[in-house]
Amino acid sequence: MLRILGKIQRLGIITERLPDLGEPALTEIGEQLKAGIGEQFGGSLAIREVDAGSCNGCELEIQALNNPFYSIERFGVHFVASPRHADMLLVTGPVSRHMEAALRSTYDAMPEPRLVIAVGECGACGGEFGVSYASCGAVANVIPVDAVIRGCPPTPLALMRGILEAIGKRS
Amino acid sequence: MMPQDPLAPFLSRLADAGLRVEAQASPGLAPAQLILVQSEDWSRLGNEAYAYGCRWVAGWGEDVGEDENESIRINACFEKAGAYLVARTAVPRATPVLSSHTACYPGADRPERHIRDMLGVVFSGHPDARRWTRHQAWKDSEFPMRRDFPAAGRPQVQTPADHQYTFLLAQGSGVYEIPVGPVHAGIIEPGHFRFQAVGETVLKLEARLGYTHKGIEKIAEGRDAAGLARLAGRISGDSTVAHAWAACMAMEKAAGLEVPPRAVWLRALMCERERVANHVGDVGAMLNDIAFAFGSYQFARLREEWQRVSREAFGHRFMMDCIIPGGVAVDLEERLIATMRDEADALREQIGRLMAIINDLPSVADRVRGAGVLKPEYAKALGCVGYVGRASGMDLDVRRDAPYPPYDQLSVKVPLHHYGDVNARARTRLEETSASFDLIEALLAGLPAGPIRTSWKHPAEGAEGLGLIEGWRGEILSFVRFGADGRIARFFPRDPSWTTWPALELLIHDNIVPDFPVCNKSVNGSYSGHDL
Repeated sequence: MLRILGKIQRLGIITERLPDLGEPALTEIGEQLKAGIGEQFGGSLAIREVDAGSCNGCELEIQALNNPFYSIERFGVHFVASPRHADMLLVTGPVSRHMEAALRSTYDAMPEPRLVIAVGECGACGGEFGVSYASCGAVANVIPVDAVIRGCPPTPLALMRGILEAIGKRS
Repeated sequence: MMPQDPLAPFLSRLADAGLRVEAQASPGLAPAQLILVQSEDWSRLGNEAYAYGCRWVAGWGEDVGEDENESIRINACFEKAGAYLVARTAVPRATPVLSSHTACYPGADRPERHIRDMLGVVFSGHPDARRWTRHQAWKDSEFPMRRDFPAAGRPQVQTPADHQYTFLLAQGSGVYEIPVGPVHAGIIEPGHFRFQAVGETVLKLEARLGYTHKGIEKIAEGRDAAGLARLAGRISGDSTVAHAWAACMAMEKAAGLEVPPRAVWLRALMCERERVANHVGDVGAMLNDIAFAFGSYQFARLREEWQRVSREAFGHRFMMDCIIPGGVAVDLEERLIATMRDEADALREQIGRLMAIINDLPSVADRVRGAGVLKPEYAKALGCVGYVGRASGMDLDVRRDAPYPPYDQLSVKVPLHHYGDVNARARTRLEETSASFDLIEALLAGLPAGPIRTSWKHPAEGAEGLGLIEGWRGEILSFVRFGADGRIARFFPRDPSWTTWPALELLIHDNIVPDFPVCNKSVNGSYSGHDL
């Protein structure tokens, strides 16, 4: 136990405050996000993520939002296990035809008002996969979409910015 | 390399047994040998291969005919001591029936069902008549990989849920069923797991996959080489480097194209970086699944730092689209060689320190030791590759056993364990990470000068190629055949997950339901790579 505490103390808090790789300051986006969530969601935005057929690239970057660098929970964003608890649906795609019914059910299970963001090139427009016998393509071909976050996959910062913009659109 | 071809005795054995086998030259498939087998002899081929101790690697089909009487080609790939053999036969389109290899090779079960769903080939003697890849997006009388099936398909306005699939039921008092998915609680890929449990103990688990089926094999057709590389890089996003490399290797072999040495070394550098990123991230995720937050956050931190250097060096956090036909898209700046070397040293040291802490904790040991044991005999029966196989005694690594450049000039340490539990898989992955640091050091030190790509040339119509790569999950097989004008006629990528998903069902037996997440993570099959 002492070794764990020692490690924690030596490492300190690495959660970022400064600009990274030429991108706008994480905290700047984060603080705006926090303010927006404070105003519109009582300080807490619950997101349900659905992989509707992606290659898993987008999922890895969405997971990264919870790592100590981004630590998105500090801005009031948390990922929930049930659509019934969710204010927002993050959907990665393309929507495979085999996931179509599950995506619709997830969407239907959400309380209103609900926000839907299509994540990644595939979610936005079908990406490399497009529309085929197996793929419905863009998320908007299956459920109503309020915003898209492009990128293959979008970086964690792009995801944060996209969530912020989606909240901004709502007001 | 083996002094003698390990397959030579097998081939003469086939001849002695009276099988009509014909060796055929196919330079694009090398180092694999190609044999043509009569369809009536297919079953005996499987029996003989099994008796000789071959591993069943992969199976795939190809519709080569235009009219009813023409044929559907079926391939099965076997391996013994690093030597690969592709056996090929054909069945008529009108009566596409072939003997199953599943009785000898349980690992062939789902691949044969996949071929049946996609091509309409019936495998006689197959123990499971249920469909596998097909849900409700196309009819059971339609076969997407047939030539007459349009890529656009004939979809319904809304695809219904697949409620009719029959799961095997356990019976008895106190037995209950837990359905999980396809939408899971976490931020992960979709699939369905059906547990039969008594109390907390899992009696039986059955997976139902195919939810992320995106028609990759079909939409590959007609692409050019660059387009196929992009698609291959999205078969499984976490293995983008390995799949793109395997597909490019297959295409380059078909074209007889020599890739410049610097490009090949950079590919390996990217592939080892991908291995480290995934192993480090997954060790953290396993610790998360046993509620050890400290370890989870520490490893997530290390993964993020690693990915940032990948981005700095190659312009993308996963190095997507960095491998292209003929070479690589991005060169490595000289200044980054020292950065990467220091980074690898630092990460090695950090992991060492963290593991000293983690190994000291009985609460961690209690969750991972003895959990999710995959017995070596099961791993062998299923032909499990990668760390799942290597944690259960399957001593196999393409980089060492069938070395492709640049690994033919490097020494690859391959860890091996036999206990097959979560702990063994985690150990294997950490030891592989360490071996990757050695390789990264060697790759940076020996990086040849010169061009990073050569110009692409269209292969002749009908040219085929086989790519074999040790990705971070294990052996990836990638088959490509070209049609006219340098367009892809057939693409089949076999992700290692095909061999490890069935293992999950076996290793979870008799474990408690709450241990499923860590058992699953320790295997970490790709849904997308499997569903295609």
